[in-house]
Amino acid sequence: MDSHMLDGNAVAGLLQEVFALEMTTAIGTCGGCGAREPIGAVRVFRGAGVVLRCPHCDHTLATIVRTAGDIRISLAGVRTLEIST
Amino acid sequence: MAGAALLGRLTWQPAEVADVVTETPRTKTLVFEVPGWPGHRAGQHVDVRLTAEDGYQAERSYSIASAPDGSRLELTVERLDDGEVSPYLTDELRPGDRIELRGPIGGYFVWELSVGGPVLLVAGGSGIVPLMAMIRTRIAAGSGTEMRLLFSSRSWDDVIYRDELERLAGDAGLVVTHTLTRSQPPGWTGYARRVDAEILREVGPRADERPHVYVCGPTPFVEAVAEALVQLGHEPRMIKTERFGATGG
Amino acid sequence: MAHDSSFVSRGFHGRRRGEADPGRVPPGQYVTPDFPVLSAGPTPHRSLELWNLSIIGEVDETRGWTWEEFSALPTEEITVDIHCVTKWSKLETVWRGVSVDTLLDGIETAAEYVIQYSDGGYTTNLPLEDVTGGKAWIVYEYDGEPLAPEHGGPARMLVPHLYFWKSAKWLRGLRLQSEDDPGFWEVNGYHNYGDPWQEQRYWGD
Repeated sequence: MDSHMLDGNAVAGLLQEVFALEMTTAIGTCGGCGAREPIGAVRVFRGAGVVLRCPHCDHTLATIVRTAGDIRISLAGVRTLEIST
Repeated sequence: MAGAALLGRLTWQPAEVADVVTETPRTKTLVFEVPGWPGHRAGQHVDVRLTAEDGYQAERSYSIASAPDGSRLELTVERLDDGEVSPYLTDELRPGDRIELRGPIGGYFVWELSVGGPVLLVAGGSGIVPLMAMIRTRIAAGSGTEMRLLFSSRSWDDVIYRDELERLAGDAGLVVTHTLTRSQPPGWTGYARRVDAEILREVGPRADERPHVYVCGPTPFVEAVAEALVQLGHEPRMIKTERFGATGG
Repeated sequence: MAHDSSFVSRGFHGRRRGEADPGRVPPGQYVTPDFPVLSAGPTPHRSLELWNLSIIGEVDETRGWTWEEFSALPTEEITVDIHCVTKWSKLETVWRGVSVDTLLDGIETAAEYVIQYSDGGYTTNLPLEDVTGGKAWIVYEYDGEPLAPEHGGPARMLVPHLYFWKSAKWLRGLRLQSEDDPGFWEVNGYHNYGDPWQEQRYWGD
């Protein structure tokens, strides 16, 4: 068990910076196993960039890379994202 | 607006230190005045940014400790010996100094009155900070929501907010239970081990009462507690967690 | 992220960042005495009984070693500086492992690229010439001790002339191929090659 693992709360500020929306309550459907979880509940790892993983199957939901000039996000592992309005 | 996404880009703003209060040998509460602070909800955090003279910047997140109180904001910081930011915040900052912060941030790990109860708060070390904001919010609102705190600390001297919790524990509907994992004061009759399923069962509420559970602290603590809660029958959906990583935040 | 140069936190210095000698430390890096743990996913726990290392792909014959076989191969002690794209550099790190040249010795291939693949699914890609000719090792000891799981144990790749994400942790094999195949971080925004001396951090640099 990884003591350095975090959860979606740790990237709340970064996601709000990008989306201009509070994202930890957004619900993501995992493209790997179909589980639905709030982003606040997903696993977060810090490697070269940030990796969000499904807490059920560890599928990569999203990656976030901050460069000098931009922020690069992949949401390829998320089937759908539900953001309440 | 529980659950609704809040619109707005976060911007950095200056905050002035109004006071520095020692809580335990390793933790201090920093009281800030933040002009134009929009208010916050219990459980949210701020990002803090420090800038050195050569332009080097470091950023960390800290949970808000205080209930909403106009432009006043409290952060409780644990000093990590090998930390880059926490020793500066706990050893160096003085009233009158300014830092930059942005927030409030978060929406998932939040308790507000509309969520209701019963509520079970499980804190490991500095994980108490966002949970204390929830307790203070409940007290300030004069709410009778049933709220139980299970608080794991290394020793009696390391219990953050110890005196305040003793005072507040007399409040109807707020129950505080400590466990001290490394050393206990003479005559201690309370729990003296890491939080496990047995302690959680004894502290309650029961799973069939469907409490809202908030667990916060170092990652291994949160993982162990969350698993024990699920073993006891609590629905995973009712358990919200905030992990502080390896060092406890 | 515009930096308001007028806001300075009185008395804040940040980590003691050693004087970076530009002949020794690539641009934009700072030297650290620590060894930060950075991972794209959970630490796999692969028992040595179930561990094996493979060379597969466009080769005349695939190869594989059990842990027993692998640890019997000739090793070297390597002392190198390592450079992470997150800007820290650690000088004089000491490793022990098997040269990739040893593993590829006698293999016939027309492949130009090598993909490292790991437990947990991580991959990273390189031209084959960047892991041959004494430039890369598969290491299983760090600082005289067995490589800790959080740092990539049982065995990881070591390619010190490139940013450290090009040295896969928890390595299970090398796939040789004639086509390049951008790996985990390369498809998500990092540079395809990653030369720290040209500050090739991100795709497009």
